[in-house]
Amino acid sequence: MTIDAPLLPHRAEAAANARFQALVLPYLDAAYNLAHWLTRNDADAQDVVQEAMVRALRYFDSFHGTDARVWLLAIVRNTFYTLRARHAPELARDPLDDEAHPLIDPGPSPESVALLAVDVGALQEALARLPETWREVLVLRELEECSYKEIAAITGQKMGTVMSRLARARERLREELTHRPKEGRRHDLR
Amino acid sequence: MTCDESRLLHAYLDDELDAAQSAQMERHLAACPVCAAAQREHERLRKALAQPELYRRAPDALRRQWEAPPAPVAAPRRHPVALAAAAGFIGALLLSTPAWLWLARPDAAPAAVVDEAISGHLRSLQPQHLMDVVSTDQHTVKPWFEGKLDFAPRVKELAEEGFPLAGGRLDAIGGRSVAALVYRRRMHAINLYQWPADGADTPQAIARRHGYTVIDWRQGGMRFVAVSDLNEGELKQFALAFDNTPH
Repeated sequence: MTIDAPLLPHRAEAAANARFQALVLPYLDAAYNLAHWLTRNDADAQDVVQEAMVRALRYFDSFHGTDARVWLLAIVRNTFYTLRARHAPELARDPLDDEAHPLIDPGPSPESVALLAVDVGALQEALARLPETWREVLVLRELEECSYKEIAAITGQKMGTVMSRLARARERLREELTHRPKEGRRHDLR
Repeated sequence: MTCDESRLLHAYLDDELDAAQSAQMERHLAACPVCAAAQREHERLRKALAQPELYRRAPDALRRQWEAPPAPVAAPRRHPVALAAAAGFIGALLLSTPAWLWLARPDAAPAAVVDEAISGHLRSLQPQHLMDVVSTDQHTVKPWFEGKLDFAPRVKELAEEGFPLAGGRLDAIGGRSVAALVYRRRMHAINLYQWPADGADTPQAIARRHGYTVIDWRQGGMRFVAVSDLNEGELKQFALAFDNTPH
């Protein structure tokens, strides 16, 4: 039961609301999916999306682009990093350094071929263990099916960086799924 | 990494190469078993990642919050049945809980105050704007307000209730200086505004707007307005905890 007190909107505000609902709301699932994979839990994901939507509504006037999904996902991502920096500054600096994670040899190994027919649970764990800069490009590419250009716009990176991070992310994921190394948990920041 | 072409394998998989590069990669894959095997594995991985269980859709509660029907232009109409149910619910509340826990009343929170409170809350979320005094200790926060306001705000520690005090600052509502206390709940900030107000205590009135919850009440000669993007239930819990904690 809700007993709320809706406030009377001005006409212009009502029109803006209707536009917001039509343009931005269709991407609530996309926003939540990204937030979920960044935070790796539902309570925080809801917090992030809620705050991101509030910001999106607030800055909706400044949205003149054509792609509301990219715009909203960029806000979700920024909100996640801002909230986390405020909430847990010690986690704000991602330990990932591309140089420290050289590409491993992508050559196939017999067991990997068999193991790659993975169940959702294993995949989920492996994805959650990835460093977040890799996790986010992978989620944007594979789950959200964004182009490199869109990912670059959302994450504020160069296309080349997107490409190399994606390659590293996939190799790492493949490795995690193949060997399921215990020490992989060192990437678990929680 | 055995061959230079594999550098572009992922761009090829993602269909990000131009036609010439793409054709070149196809030729390479036909000739290089290592890259071809890698391609097959990554295709398999991609298929695995496309399983719908991995895509997390927004929970219904969150969706409902944002799919709210356009706010009514006239005073909100309530369905008689809903009203009766509400009355019954409030009746039950009155029997089981302190009388102040009285919700409802669309007119209870004057829109101007709610607007200002939300604006203040939004301003406070800008970088470096949240707090002028940062402390989880009420004995640091309370004295900080001395000499800055013409009243002594009530500062309470609510960490045990799950709402740790984070700090405070000065703000303005309705043209007067008010105290703003900042509390935390997970990744949310709660702003609690307070200033002296004459008149009898009033029940807590809840207003919601664009995902913000505002609770407005008067108690012991003080007006309180709590604002957060927390859900209604949790902000109520906060207001309840604040009221029930002695200072």
